[in-house]
Amino acid sequence: MSNPIEQLNKIFDSRIRIGIMSALIVNDNVNFNDLKSLIDVTDGNLATHLKTLEENAFIKVEKGFIGRKTNTVYSITITGEKAFRSHLDALEKIIKGLS
Amino acid sequence: MQSKNNDASLEALQDIRSIMDRSARFVSLSGMSGIWAGFVALIGASIAHIMLQEPHYRQIGKANEAGPQQFDAYTLHFVMLGLGVFVVALLGAFYFTFKKAKKHSHVLWNNASRQLLIQGFFPIMAGGVFCVTFIYYGCGLFVAPACLVFYGLALISGSRHTLSDIRYLGMLDVLLGCCAIFFPGFGLYFWAAGFGILHIFYGAMMWSKYDK
Repeated sequence: MSNPIEQLNKIFDSRIRIGIMSALIVNDNVNFNDLKSLIDVTDGNLATHLKTLEENAFIKVEKGFIGRKTNTVYSITITGEKAFRSHLDALEKIIKGLS
Repeated sequence: MQSKNNDASLEALQDIRSIMDRSARFVSLSGMSGIWAGFVALIGASIAHIMLQEPHYRQIGKANEAGPQQFDAYTLHFVMLGLGVFVVALLGAFYFTFKKAKKHSHVLWNNASRQLLIQGFFPIMAGGVFCVTFIYYGCGLFVAPACLVFYGLALISGSRHTLSDIRYLGMLDVLLGCCAIFFPGFGLYFWAAGFGILHIFYGAMMWSKYDK
């Protein structure tokens, strides 16, 4: 059996990225402000992590408008969901294997 | 080294779970909100009970020869009482939930609470329309069962976005409403049981489970 620690996805090393993925996996889509208050991070910090996830095709970004204000909503992709689920499986294995 | 990995994994999983819950479910709903709504409903039902001692009020919602019933002053009093109870219960419920959200520094207006309101709104609106038309067509005896059934359906449909206990409260309200149809003339008692007693019971249970 391979070491479960090696199965952990490096991209999900950051708490903020894990937070983003957790919120997106249970919702159809979430907008920037809701993500911000949920994870409790600054605009810039959140934007950087969202960018990384987008570059890895783990999340989809849709820019829209509510009136004149921009409203950017994020949703998870199939690739993202698969990657996040196997990351969760690996976490589970680590805990089960050692406790 | 190994136990350090274990701790980190556990912490990550707890983080994930907390964010999943908070983003999809509105967890700030306070048990006190339910207790308040229950007491308001019981007071409202008592006022209605006293009003019904007066013969004029007993004619509300009864079919008459002239066809659809006129909205006279008595009917208006009753509808106002119902609306008043709804608004006072809702305002109090909002206050206690606001207080709980503030205490845990959660935001009140997020994806989950929006979904909760949208999902709950449609059954409530449909129920309101049905109740008013029941009175209009002289079928007042269906008002209490309809209130219970539609409110119960609203809770069931909203429960996906808040604490899961709400689902069982909704189911009980629907069942109680279905029973109430078979006991014409006892609508107010069923109404008081569903909106008063069940709210207080569930409110107290949720309060001791989540808020204490």
